[in-house]
Amino acid sequence: MERNMSEVQLSSFPPRVLVTKIGFDGHDRGSRIVASFLRDAGMEVIETAPWQEISQVVRLALEEDVDVVGVSSLSADHLLMPKLMAALQEAGLSHVKVVVGGIVPDDDEVMLLNAGVAQVFHPGVGRDEIVEGVAAFAAQAREQRNGELVT
Amino acid sequence: MREPEADSTPQSALIERVRAGELAAVARLLTELERLSPAAPQLLAEIAPFLGRAQVVGFTGPPGAGKSTLVNAYIKALRAEGKTVGVLAVDPSSPVSGGALLGDRIRMNDHTDDDGVFIRSLASRGHVGGLTPAAVRMIDAFDAAGKDVIILETVGAGQSEIDVAEVADIRIVLNAPGLGDDIQAMKSGILDIADILVVNKADLDGAEKTFRHLLSAVHLSSIKADTPVMKTVATTGEGVVELAQQVLGIAASRSETPKTRRRNRARRLLAWAAADMIERRVSKRPDAGIDAVCDDILSGRMTPDEAAIELLKSS
Ligand SMILES: Nc1nc2c(ncn2[C@@H]2O[C@H](COP(=O)(O)OP(=O)(O)OP(=O)(O)O)[C@@H](O)[C@H]2O)c(=O)[nH]1
Ligand SMILES: [Mg+2]
Repeated sequence: MERNMSEVQLSSFPPRVLVTKIGFDGHDRGSRIVASFLRDAGMEVIETAPWQEISQVVRLALEEDVDVVGVSSLSADHLLMPKLMAALQEAGLSHVKVVVGGIVPDDDEVMLLNAGVAQVFHPGVGRDEIVEGVAAFAAQAREQRNGELVT
Repeated sequence: MREPEADSTPQSALIERVRAGELAAVARLLTELERLSPAAPQLLAEIAPFLGRAQVVGFTGPPGAGKSTLVNAYIKALRAEGKTVGVLAVDPSSPVSGGALLGDRIRMNDHTDDDGVFIRSLASRGHVGGLTPAAVRMIDAFDAAGKDVIILETVGAGQSEIDVAEVADIRIVLNAPGLGDDIQAMKSGILDIADILVVNKADLDGAEKTFRHLLSAVHLSSIKADTPVMKTVATTGEGVVELAQQVLGIAASRSETPKTRRRNRARRLLAWAAADMIERRVSKRPDAGIDAVCDDILSGRMTPDEAAIELLKSS
């Protein structure tokens, strides 16, 4: 289901997004920039220390009850994504949408999408595209999540 | 008023899972209570019998003073004592976009693999009267989940942050050298609410000066004269065991029962609700009654305090 940004922004409970890095890649300039423009677009962004283990990302997503996990990948860390997707599933977080930002070769992108990654944002993609994409995924996640029985 | 009885309501599956310590259930309860979802009233009623056990410790102080780093080190001390911990880390929302960067976890990374520690970040959202009751409900969620200690981190920069800090049973106010004019940076009553004052970054130049400033503030101002002033280095953990002991000592000197803790939290909620109502009434225009009271103040017929008493009587 597609929903436009303004609707998401108007909601009194903004999208919650975990912005993180996995594996050995310690550079975090890119994820910092993404985090701040998602904030400027009205989202609540949870930032993490770099070098997160997959189990830690799952734990963070769970504790923070996020709608979207954004993983920034500069080296080949995105190859860990199928493991992350499986771990999220196993933790009962199948509603959480995962996006990857960074240099991902075409073949790998197919592999990531097959593993359940919602979208890959390549270098040079515009900020609006990322914001709109993340907002739409957050709305989907929220919808799916709210469908689950509370009590 | 009647105490809710433990068996008066059939317990929902979610609360059963929360009581059993299931992380996903605690996460869900936090969200439901934060957003005051349609299920929230029932959930609140169901957790009521379990509340008041946890001790709420607040950490507040200016941006960058090292609150999150100190919380990280304090959690370690609590875990060494075998205590379970819930953390509510509050960061301000942008008044422009409504979004927020919730970065406290960056410095609390030592406990992500520990099932005895649950950390949740919360955006202040900035709407009057909105955050504080939400924070109280989320503290209740941790309490119901059986956490021994609940830590509340708030930026101490304005009135609403003081409000949040006031929910805590024990309030730790931090400062650090190099954050501008040390004491002035902690304006608007934030020092007054402290049970313990901490000079963090004691490894840095100027820490001694900040320490002496705080000591003299304790002696000169309205701060309780016996308020301890301590030094910590959050990055190395220096002074943190002593801080934990100080907290225990203060807690032991008080005869708080679950009932009185809950009542204190309810008292804050009542104060905020009442202040909100009065604020809304006084700022609403036009209001001939309020205009008349204002004229009485202008003409000197009544002091603002007397006028406020009249206003409270008539509302
Ligand atoms: N030298 C030194 N640096 C410290 C100490 N404690 C924290 N820091 C550093 O101070 C910076 C801010 O620390 P945080 O723990 O994020 O401070 P905070 O008060 O939580 O900040 P906000 O949540 O943004 O208000 C970080 O770079 C820490 O590493 C300390 O005791 N000594
Ligand atoms: Mg912090």
